[in-house]
Amino acid sequence: MSLLRLTGRAARALVVKLGLVVALLALWQVLTVEAQNIFFPTPADIAVRMRELWFSGPAAHLFVTGGFTTDVVPSVARALAGWALGGLVGIAVGLVAGRWARAQGYVDPPVNFIRSLPKPAIVPLFLIVLGANDRMRIALIAFGCIWPVLLNTLQATRAVEPTLRDTGTAFGISLPRQFAMISLPAAAPRIAAGLRVSLGLALILMVLSEWSLTQHGLGNFLLTSQRSYQVLDMWAAVAMLGLLGYLLNLAFLALEKRLLAWHVGFTGTPLP
Amino acid sequence: MTARLHLDEGTTSVSAALAVHNITHRYGPGGPAVVNGVTFEVARGELVSLVGPSGCGKTTLMKTISGLMQPTSGTVTAFGRPISGVPRELAIVFQDYSRSLFPWLRVRANVSFGLSGLGLERSERRTRVAESLAAVGLTGHEHKYPWELSGGMQQRVAIARALAYRPRILLMDEPFASVDAQTRAELEDLTLAVHREFGMTILFVTHDIDESVYLSHRVVVLKRSPGEVHAERVVDLPETRDQITTKADPRFVAQRAEVAGLIRDAALGSTRFSLHPTE
Ligand SMILES: Nc1ncnc2c1ncn2[C@@H]1O[C@H](COP(=O)(O)OP(=O)(O)O)[C@@H](O)[C@H]1O
Ligand SMILES: [Mg+2]
Repeated sequence: MSLLRLTGRAARALVVKLGLVVALLALWQVLTVEAQNIFFPTPADIAVRMRELWFSGPAAHLFVTGGFTTDVVPSVARALAGWALGGLVGIAVGLVAGRWARAQGYVDPPVNFIRSLPKPAIVPLFLIVLGANDRMRIALIAFGCIWPVLLNTLQATRAVEPTLRDTGTAFGISLPRQFAMISLPAAAPRIAAGLRVSLGLALILMVLSEWSLTQHGLGNFLLTSQRSYQVLDMWAAVAMLGLLGYLLNLAFLALEKRLLAWHVGFTGTPLP
Repeated sequence: MTARLHLDEGTTSVSAALAVHNITHRYGPGGPAVVNGVTFEVARGELVSLVGPSGCGKTTLMKTISGLMQPTSGTVTAFGRPISGVPRELAIVFQDYSRSLFPWLRVRANVSFGLSGLGLERSERRTRVAESLAAVGLTGHEHKYPWELSGGMQQRVAIARALAYRPRILLMDEPFASVDAQTRAELEDLTLAVHREFGMTILFVTHDIDESVYLSHRVVVLKRSPGEVHAERVVDLPETRDQITTKADPRFVAQRAEVAGLIRDAALGSTRFSLHPTE
């Protein structure tokens, strides 16, 4: 009975959400049809163009085109590689630095300073030092992704219940293993929140990094379309980026919900 | 069991399982002595209660005895060996089970947590976990999370975790302070059963006078500000105890009253001390 009511409520919420999306799309369609402005193509045209560009391949290639392989795949690979690398560094440094209360005075000021730095400002520096190649792009994305993860990991590690650590020590768990067995899982909910923020940053930096000297990627595609006045292609790229961001976030949330179900049960509150 | 005891006696000079000698602890240099010159011993197989009002330094003392914390001065030896860091033969049951169990691990994983540093075979780990859970009456709850259990059951998980580790000394810091009276009585009897069955030495910290007398062979009374040993009493009761008959036993009633008197004396002493600090 209550399960039925629950699924009923969930279904209704889904209908409302989808309805809103459909209504907004319809409004967009109507406005752009009315406006007849070449800079504002209709969403239907954009969708058709996206399909042409990336999703009209043969079934053997899972319906994706060669354009998909040159535009979308490298971008996603760079974003994910940089995100993973930055995330790993942020977690590792945060776990170790967060463990010692005395390190706080030395660690926090530089972290807060670099975190507040607008990341696009460092693109030229990375270009000069590493050159315009994939190594530079991944390094740039990783660099941007470190800070939200590092900050969250630091704070969460400092807040780990001391009795949990005492328990580890009492049972003779070595310090390196305590990081993996106690600090990491205890800090995981906050770390996940940091990783989610970084995922958005990774996409931003991915687009930026592809604005210089590359033949592949959505950032490059976007810039090329703009320079050749392919307005529809430009919009298609923007929509594709939005779709990617949405799907990546959705995948991450699903993973988070699975891995951190205990936290919801334990605290009775949703994930941070 | 007997063979092992003989072996130990052959290799160590001191017969006490735990010897606490002149422990003083201050949090931070120049701070007040929270624990001041505490000395006592626990013999092999003995169950000793440390009883004292809350804030008298029981937890601090426990942490220094277990090696979790270095005392400002004084020494602790376990089976004749000085303690620095938690020795392998010692396990702790903490006061607050909701903070010492890992909320991301299910009951089984929580209990086998302590075994992960011992390098045991997988099958041996499984056997020990199953045996310990059976000993505390939690068979069948292996796949639950601790936060799905009642307070009393959670503390049973913490006890099972300590048992699986097979310690020779078990330190329990006010383990039943936050469960209801009925559960508390059950857990007290569980402690007695475990003590008998596993033949360990137990140091049991409590602020509950009844509990201290009911459980132990000997009671060490602490006083507050600073935490010092006020008195020690041997409990003169039969080895097997029962919640109803033991607590109605005139010897229990008398000794309970005596310990209560000692605690009151200790409190009066420390009040006078704090009112007239120059004395
Ligand atoms: N980490 C700490 N830092 C400073 N003071 C502490 C700390 N832990 C406990 N104390 C103080 O030491 C005294 C004894 O505390 P505690 O050992 O927890 O007593 P009990 O366990 O008997 O209630 C209290 O006055 C408490 O405020
Ligand atoms: Mg305490």
